[in-house]
Amino acid sequence: MSARRRWTVLIAAAILVALVGAGVRSTYVLGMLVFIGLYAMAALGLSLVMGFAGQVSLGQAAFFAIGAYVSGVLTASHGWNGWAALLAAVVAGAVAALLIGLPIFRLSGLLLAMASLGFGIIVYYVLVNWSGVTGGPSGLTGIPPLAVGRFRFDTDGRVVWLVWGLLLLLLGLGGNLVDSRIGRALRAVHGSETAAEAVGIDTARLKLAVFTLAGASTALAGSLYAHYLTFINPSPFGFTFSVELVVMVVLGGASSLWGGVLGAAAVVLLVEALRSLLPLLSLSRGAAEYEIVLFGLLLMAFMIFLPGGLAELRRRPA
Amino acid sequence: MKPAPLLEVQELTKEFGGITAVAGVDFTVSAGQIKALIGPNGAGKTTIFNLISGALEPTRGRVLFEGAPLPVHGAHAAAARGIARTFQLVRLFGEMTVLDNVLVGCHRRGRAGWASCALRTRAMREEERHLRARAWQVLELVGLERRAHVAASLLPYGEQRMVELGRALGMEPRLLLLDEPGAGLGPDEHRRLAALIKTIRDGGTTVLLVDHHMDFVMDLSDEVLVLSYGRKLAEGDPREVRANAEVIAAYLGEEAA
Repeated sequence: MSARRRWTVLIAAAILVALVGAGVRSTYVLGMLVFIGLYAMAALGLSLVMGFAGQVSLGQAAFFAIGAYVSGVLTASHGWNGWAALLAAVVAGAVAALLIGLPIFRLSGLLLAMASLGFGIIVYYVLVNWSGVTGGPSGLTGIPPLAVGRFRFDTDGRVVWLVWGLLLLLLGLGGNLVDSRIGRALRAVHGSETAAEAVGIDTARLKLAVFTLAGASTALAGSLYAHYLTFINPSPFGFTFSVELVVMVVLGGASSLWGGVLGAAAVVLLVEALRSLLPLLSLSRGAAEYEIVLFGLLLMAFMIFLPGGLAELRRRPA
Repeated sequence: MKPAPLLEVQELTKEFGGITAVAGVDFTVSAGQIKALIGPNGAGKTTIFNLISGALEPTRGRVLFEGAPLPVHGAHAAAARGIARTFQLVRLFGEMTVLDNVLVGCHRRGRAGWASCALRTRAMREEERHLRARAWQVLELVGLERRAHVAASLLPYGEQRMVELGRALGMEPRLLLLDEPGAGLGPDEHRRLAALIKTIRDGGTTVLLVDHHMDFVMDLSDEVLVLSYGRKLAEGDPREVRANAEVIAAYLGEEAA
């Protein structure tokens, strides 16, 4: 997509978001849109990691949690300005990813999957047990919504504006990036690492940069999540969420920026459908277990029949 | 007077487990030369390429480039010093277009970082125009302008080899390592390749190549080095090397006799 066409699409999408945020009354629909936007933001970086660096992170929920808790603790417990806290959250996500990636990308193999899995578990237990700071299992409350002057992002419609506005901005910047010298280098690494090295691309460094960026974008989503809900606790940030993010990327299509958005929408809608369907089948208990089963089946089906994800459908002749 | 050596290989040795693939090989490549490494299969030719380009670490010995030792790890570091290479089995970025493959070759010619690429700054767009102009020149040189927007993996084999060569030329290298550039090409393509390699040399790029095709090598090279079982057997002018009895016995005999 050319730069001009990309911005046309984004501006059209921004107008749509503005209208939806102002016009739609149903908090149920708006809430779902917020979550799709947040998950898409978290999946955005992960899709670069999986699509270009060729590695999978099984602990991406930890970066979301870091974003949420850095923002939550700094604002609710220390009275920071919301935007300063958001910035700190993004930096914290990036630094955490950098520190994990530093030893990993010097080596080959699927070490990132193992290391990030461990990291996810560690972060989860820290959140639960470091009660003095994180509030333990019951979490933190009283996180203020973000505000510009007197304008507070405290209704679902306004948060749709904020989250989708930032998401579209990231998609625009990401699109520019993919369509540039850096983007070509990323695609080259995906194509053949040996050949990429031979033309002077430091593949280890590039992958580390992608992972760091993914940590930052996921932490940004986490921070926005905290300011949206105004309360957080550790339970949504477990292993299941990390798996959901991977499912979003696979469903949407790794190495496609919009794939993450499609995947996030698919996962949120599927979970909602499942929740409204299960009671009808008198299977009211254990929705989470059924989710995992469904996602497992979906992952297998996509890997076999549509490895390029939903984004690939667009490219195929009808 | 002989020009100063661009590349100086000193007692280069590579052992894989108990097997010595390259055993204390010394040679130099002068700037502006076309030099060929020849020898039977398993003589260590490709291993030497991998050692020079940084894809492998030597067990002993070292490689000096423009008088300074090359770093022993990370192929990208050798590339950054101005050493380009092609592979025995073509390695392209198959899903990318021919033009993009050459543009990746130009990677080191650009400086735009993450931020300026994401923001498409004026400087970045300016640089992009230069890189594209450069890439089109290269496509013209290797005769692939009409294939510019085709995915590299869709091209026939001979053209894929040219894409790989184009990608290496995009780097504007000081030294170009060609690993069996003529493999799988027909006689016509061979002739054109030889002419192209001479053009590249005349453009200021020194060439070190490995090939099996005797006439091709002898006709093209200023100097030939014969390897057998990881050791240097002979080195010098193509005609002298061809006359060397040891060489005939070890290598040329197999094919020429």
